[in-house]
Amino acid sequence: MAAPLSSASPALGAAQGRPARRRAAGPLLPLAGLLLAALLWALATALMARNTPIAAQFSPQRAFPALAGLLVDPYLWEHVGLSLQRVAVGLACALAIGVPAGILTGISAHFAQASGPLFQFLRMISPLSWMPIAVMALGVGDAPVYFLLAFAAVWPILLNTAAGVAQLDRNWLLLARSLSATRGETILRVVLPGITAHILTGVRLAIGIIWIILVPAEMLGVSAGLGYFILDARDRLAYPDLMAAILLIGFLGYLLDHAARWLHRRWLHRA
Amino acid sequence: MTPAASQPRTLETAASASAETVLAGDSLSFAYADGSPVFSEVSLAIRRREIVCLLGGSGCGKSTLLRTLAGLERPAAGQVAFLGQPCSAPHPRSALVFQQASLLPWLNVADNVRFGLDFRHQPRIAAEARERRVAEAITAVGLAGRERAWPAELSGGQAQRVALARALAREPELLFADEPFSALDAITRAEMQALLVELVHRWHAAVLLVTHDIDEAILVADRILLMGSRPSRIHREWTVDIPHPREADAAAVTALRLSILGALRESTTGA
Repeated sequence: MAAPLSSASPALGAAQGRPARRRAAGPLLPLAGLLLAALLWALATALMARNTPIAAQFSPQRAFPALAGLLVDPYLWEHVGLSLQRVAVGLACALAIGVPAGILTGISAHFAQASGPLFQFLRMISPLSWMPIAVMALGVGDAPVYFLLAFAAVWPILLNTAAGVAQLDRNWLLLARSLSATRGETILRVVLPGITAHILTGVRLAIGIIWIILVPAEMLGVSAGLGYFILDARDRLAYPDLMAAILLIGFLGYLLDHAARWLHRRWLHRA
Repeated sequence: MTPAASQPRTLETAASASAETVLAGDSLSFAYADGSPVFSEVSLAIRRREIVCLLGGSGCGKSTLLRTLAGLERPAAGQVAFLGQPCSAPHPRSALVFQQASLLPWLNVADNVRFGLDFRHQPRIAAEARERRVAEAITAVGLAGRERAWPAELSGGQAQRVALARALAREPELLFADEPFSALDAITRAEMQALLVELVHRWHAAVLLVTHDIDEAILVADRILLMGSRPSRIHREWTVDIPHPREADAAAVTALRLSILGALRESTTGA
């Protein structure tokens, strides 16, 4: 966030002869960046198409009309809906496991010491490596995808929750004790709200990871979803559709990240 | 000047005087986990509506003594009685104010003041009575109109006013205050000291105020207990009967101040 503030706006501020402000850039520069990328994309496909005619199929001139066509096609939205549902289920599972485990890690030094190396070890294994085992154990279908997504997303949530507990203001806990709070009251009224900002940071990171893992996970053993749609487009030789799906995945991921940031900001604004 | 409050008070005498005594500590000792003693054989009693100042230098164990009396620390030896009943946990009729306001940043001013009133171990009060208490406490500390402000929007003095309101809303028999104003600037501190005296009189509460500030003790206290160095005990006790506002009687204040300074010198060099 700080980089565009310091690099882009002073020049603009100087041009307009008033103090540099990030907002002064408006949507113009980001749009220019996107436009430039699209131009480069068009140029690259045009150059490649000289030798490999099929490359023209991947050009933005083909992809955007294909995207427009797909967006009004309920068939696509079924895939999008399924993918988003998997994101939601994976995230919910990761929260259900990560938050309690994170709290436990944060409050119990013994648990933290016992689990630390194991968690760091598991965290560094690409979730997709579990795919064959997940399919063998959970069967073909949604279950192994949920497992992979939850497994990928649980670490940032767990680690951020634990960090939040460790950073809890001791005086809040003292206050709770001075009010004779029960253990449940302390957790629900002090600990959980006190670590929510940290959990939301974890959620944001988790959504990013889930969205990245989702597409390859949906390429294995399922028959719907955005990952499946890409493979299906390839098999149908519908290359403009394939590019359109890639654009859509990027756009949806961008929206998801924005939603997570918005949630985080909203909570912090109150805090 | 009475000699040190070293004449041991038994629980029986405390109980027999329970109509007058809010809190009695009997032969209290406290040691850290490594065995080094903090204070030993401390006995004291606080009467209804009395403001008692526990005065001492940094690290003399006065905060630990307060926390022991408040039921937040378990003494190595001795007993605490609250309203004549032996008491080893924070009593519902006591309230605490710390050096930091320790407001919960996700709750607004009114919700911070309301915090804990509905906890399971607190006396049951009807919703209307609770709202009346909250409104009264907020008005009393001069923050009417700021009920919906977030803690982040408050100054240090305002935050401490909210903490005071949070304590008053519980209509405590006894208010424990651990250096509540030492983080404030001199002008705000003077305001808050006057406010504290006014409000505890209006709320008919007794106060145990821990402070290292001789002037604060003189301006606020009905009785001053001087704590010496480790293992500390109460060295001297003064009853202050200068009428409020005490700044008006400069001669009496100065005499008391010199007396305390002299005793302080004795306790640090002589003993």
